[in-house]
Amino acid sequence: MQDVILNTTALPHLLTLLIALPLVGVAMMAFVKDEAAVKHVAFWTAGIEFVLSLPLYLWFDPARYEMQFGEVVPWITKPPISYAVGIDGISLWLVLLTTLLTPICVVCSWTAIKSRVREFMIALLVMETAMVGVFCALNFVLFYVFWEAMLIPMYLLIGVWGGVDRIYAAIKFFLYTLAGSLLLLIAIIVLYFQGGQTFDILALTRAQYSEPLQAWLFWAFFVAFAVKVPMFPFHTWLPDAHVQAPTAGSVILASVLLKMGAYGFLRFSLPMLPDASFRFTPVVLALSVIAILYGAYMALAQSDLKKLIAYSSVSHMGFVTLGIFVINTQGIEGALLQMLNHGVTTGGLFLCVGLIYERTHSRQIADNGGLSKPMPRYAACLVIFALSSLGLPGTNSFVGEFLVLVGSFIYSKTIAALATLGIILAAVYLLWMVQRIAFGVPTEKTAKLADLNWCEMATLVPLIILIFWIGVFPNPFLAPMHASVAHIFDAMGRVGVLP
Amino acid sequence: MFDLIVTLIPVFPLLAVLANGLNVMLGHRYSHEIAHRLAWGSVLLSFLCSVWVLGQTLGHPEPRTVVAYRWFFGADLTVNLSFLIDPLTCIMLLVVTGVGFLIHVYSVGYMHGEEGFTRFFAYMNLFMVSMLLLVMGSNYVVLFIGWEGVGLCSYLLIGYYYDRVSAAKAATKAFVVNRIGDAGFLLAIFLVFANFGTLEYTEIFARAGQLDSAAAFSIAICLLIGAVGKSAQLPLHTWLPDAMEGPTPVSALIHAATMVTAGVYMVVRNHAIYDLAPDALLIVGVVGGVTALFAATIGLVQTDIKRVLAYSTVSQLGFMFLACGVGAYVAAIFHLVTHAFFKALLFLSAGSVIHALSGEQDIRRMGGLWSKIPKTHGVFLVGTAAIAGFPFLSGWWSKDEILGHAFVHGHYVLWALGATAAFCTAFYMSRLLYVTFYGESRVAHEVEHHIHESPNVMVYPLLVLAFLSVVGGLIGVIPGGLENGWFHQFLQPVVRSAGAGGEAAHEEGHLLVYILMAVTTLIGVAGWFTAHYFYKLKPEQPDLLMNRMKGAYTLILNKYWVDEAYDKAFVEPGKAVGRSFDKADTAGIDRVVVAVEQVTDLSAAGSTWVEKHVIYGGLNVTGYANHLAARVLRRLQSGLVHHYAAILVAGLVVLVNLIVLFLWLGGAS
Repeated sequence: MQDVILNTTALPHLLTLLIALPLVGVAMMAFVKDEAAVKHVAFWTAGIEFVLSLPLYLWFDPARYEMQFGEVVPWITKPPISYAVGIDGISLWLVLLTTLLTPICVVCSWTAIKSRVREFMIALLVMETAMVGVFCALNFVLFYVFWEAMLIPMYLLIGVWGGVDRIYAAIKFFLYTLAGSLLLLIAIIVLYFQGGQTFDILALTRAQYSEPLQAWLFWAFFVAFAVKVPMFPFHTWLPDAHVQAPTAGSVILASVLLKMGAYGFLRFSLPMLPDASFRFTPVVLALSVIAILYGAYMALAQSDLKKLIAYSSVSHMGFVTLGIFVINTQGIEGALLQMLNHGVTTGGLFLCVGLIYERTHSRQIADNGGLSKPMPRYAACLVIFALSSLGLPGTNSFVGEFLVLVGSFIYSKTIAALATLGIILAAVYLLWMVQRIAFGVPTEKTAKLADLNWCEMATLVPLIILIFWIGVFPNPFLAPMHASVAHIFDAMGRVGVLP
Repeated sequence: MFDLIVTLIPVFPLLAVLANGLNVMLGHRYSHEIAHRLAWGSVLLSFLCSVWVLGQTLGHPEPRTVVAYRWFFGADLTVNLSFLIDPLTCIMLLVVTGVGFLIHVYSVGYMHGEEGFTRFFAYMNLFMVSMLLLVMGSNYVVLFIGWEGVGLCSYLLIGYYYDRVSAAKAATKAFVVNRIGDAGFLLAIFLVFANFGTLEYTEIFARAGQLDSAAAFSIAICLLIGAVGKSAQLPLHTWLPDAMEGPTPVSALIHAATMVTAGVYMVVRNHAIYDLAPDALLIVGVVGGVTALFAATIGLVQTDIKRVLAYSTVSQLGFMFLACGVGAYVAAIFHLVTHAFFKALLFLSAGSVIHALSGEQDIRRMGGLWSKIPKTHGVFLVGTAAIAGFPFLSGWWSKDEILGHAFVHGHYVLWALGATAAFCTAFYMSRLLYVTFYGESRVAHEVEHHIHESPNVMVYPLLVLAFLSVVGGLIGVIPGGLENGWFHQFLQPVVRSAGAGGEAAHEEGHLLVYILMAVTTLIGVAGWFTAHYFYKLKPEQPDLLMNRMKGAYTLILNKYWVDEAYDKAFVEPGKAVGRSFDKADTAGIDRVVVAVEQVTDLSAAGSTWVEKHVIYGGLNVTGYANHLAARVLRRLQSGLVHHYAAILVAGLVVLVNLIVLFLWLGGAS
């Protein structure tokens, strides 16, 4: 297969192993009796998965744009569908983000999930398989299978272990994404016939499509991915899903699932449909800027902590789509880094919400005041995540947002100026939240709360380390992206637009 | 060697931050004793390194760049974490580490016994790191890291007493108002990058001439927005008075001597761009002049000792902006330095007063303190004389130089604004001195017998600062006389392009300069005498005047209602927009979704019928999917949304059908 470097490392079938390992864990759960053991199986599976995923970074060759660690096995001959996986600089960090967050999610559910622990852990691990699969798949059918497979465990996570209105939220989530998926499926099938009767993603990327066809395909892809991101006005499932989902569900949803939409734009929309992408850029950018400001204003109005962070996600993902669709190197690399950053930071914020919900059983900001006194460690973590989220220099998000804004400034000064308003608003809603949660006098209820224990700290500390690591030494994180991002421009037939 | 020592300057306090920060997070493994030694010790080391660097720079005034490491890059954008050492940096380094060190020492006494002692010093050191990055950075991004970093530390330290709601609010306000400025600064950075393709100062200033005037103007204005936010100039001044919620050493270090002067530093650093945009420079001057007077008038009637000083700081920063606006960049930095001495002195001695009075800050409940805390009184007197423009003290030299430069260069209106502000300054500072230290004691009875002079650890830094406030101005006049002192010669390479024109005008107006000095001196004396008359000779006068000028008094007492206006104009509407969007989301978008869903519901019913009667028999797969989905749904105990379930089933069925159908088609063709 062209553009794929087969895996010749010391770990054969590494990606397949990563995709399959969580399912092995699921199978093992059938053989263990008590729930404590189930938790351990889940944790060790996810933990080993994470360790096994580290070689992806260590052995990744940042100079190559091709898919690395590739594996290609014929699967169905007619129509020709092969099991093809591989990663490049675009998917690398998303795979690692997934494998990092899954064990964290297992730990944060340790005491929070009390009923049907086994099923919960199964859903979580199936989820991991599907997520890693989506980022690795190089064949459209394979991709679609993983893409859809992801929906079901997520649907169950919200619908079974969620809050009071979980059914409504779960079905809303499912319907939105299903509607998108349907269009995605149609687009895939059209591509199959127009791109030379193949489902090979890389071959379809190399193929040429007429301009009117590109337009149709672009909008089909757009709806599918915009729902996932979610972009304004397809975002209303997100706050409901987040509010109802258990903590682990929220973390996975915000940190990984939302990235699938942005990943789709980068993997399919831009390189396959360059003419349409250039043509419709203004529309997407307008929606991105609306998302940035709208999400920020919405976050300002929330009294529910989870909703606030959910809307902040809409705003932050607006920066990601903005960076992608200004179609220049700074913008796209910033967007890619921002995808990773958002996963780390918003994941951390949702963990923080979960920790406090476990103690006070309320997500209302008004019920959780003055936490600095009884829970200084918690307050410190919350402040760090909030500062990272508002893009303070020295933290991860600054580098990402800076690159995105530089990229968008090159494209249009007005758009950059509007997006910059978003970072002012981010400071407003995040610090206002910190002020109301962490500062002030503790209430009678919150005064007696216990601070974070070591187990809880262990879920947050890796994310905090990453926040500063990316913020202070971003180069190791940016380096693997360069070649792959440059390749997007090659595929689009022109080099990144620079001043 | 040079590179190493330069790099170590910010690294020392950084190490102290890490140690003290971890100590706090891990539950206080070592004592306060070790914590404060680490804190001030690291700043002392930075100070010594700075002195060494100054020594090196005296011989080689040309800028030298020290690259710590390549921070990030993307395509043709490369950003290094690197430092620029030139005379301006050296001066700023000495002020930041020198005054910073004294304030750290003072804090050991002032914060003694506080619960958050170690946390306090961790924040203070983090501030030092950020401030050092700010003044040392060799490009705009490093400046910006420091810029936002000092904002963060300001936020953390204003909110140091986090259980006080007013402190928490003031902290948020400070950060948000600063962020508005920061956004402008960011845009300036992008504009610079778009015009020059680099963000390194030396490259940019060398090529500044190629900038067209429109671009220069927009960069200058965006930078000014940043400067106005950080230096609390109109219209973004509102956060600084509230920032007095922080502990007093914080007010001295961050909100008087160093951080708030960052805007002035930035304008001077970018003078090459401002020189190309005379209109922008004029705006800088007007902002400065108006702010100087505006804040000084508010200072006339404040009754909180720290708030008087806060408005005084805003006003003095206005003088520095005024200086930049008339092209007197060296004078701006000169005033920055002398102001750092006497304002730090004033804040710290105010802190000593507050310390003596068990936390009392209202000057109406002070009075007659001079005999009870004589050392504090002595240094406060020196500070007051220095800021009010008593001849030959530091403030007199620097302020006169600014006003003289403004007048000589024909900026008469700006001169008048500055001169009036100088009168107000002399008045409100003398008033503060009289009301606090002289006259009858109005101290509350239970506080009265606790009054005590501060410990030596607090007094010694005050004495050093008092000494500097007295003689600090001499660096501006020795050895070459007015505007030819060491300070000017040292900084000349930095502001060369601007200095050339100034020199000539100065020669012509030599006599004029002396006359102006006499005038401003008289203005200062008049301000002091008015205060003397009001608060010593005729103590009933202030109340009479207050009654006679009720309107004006209420206006300035309420700080021109700027806070209230901003609340009405921005804060409330902002929240209202959020709320209305929230409604739009549920009432608008969600309703559309529900409508679409209802239509789908109908068609789903149709397709279910088709499914049942046409396809079901044919495709077992579909039936199985149907069955599976139904089972899943039953477990979810759905009752209220059964119609959703119907679509779900229908959707799955359609999907599976489509996949099978197309694969079959594909296989057939």
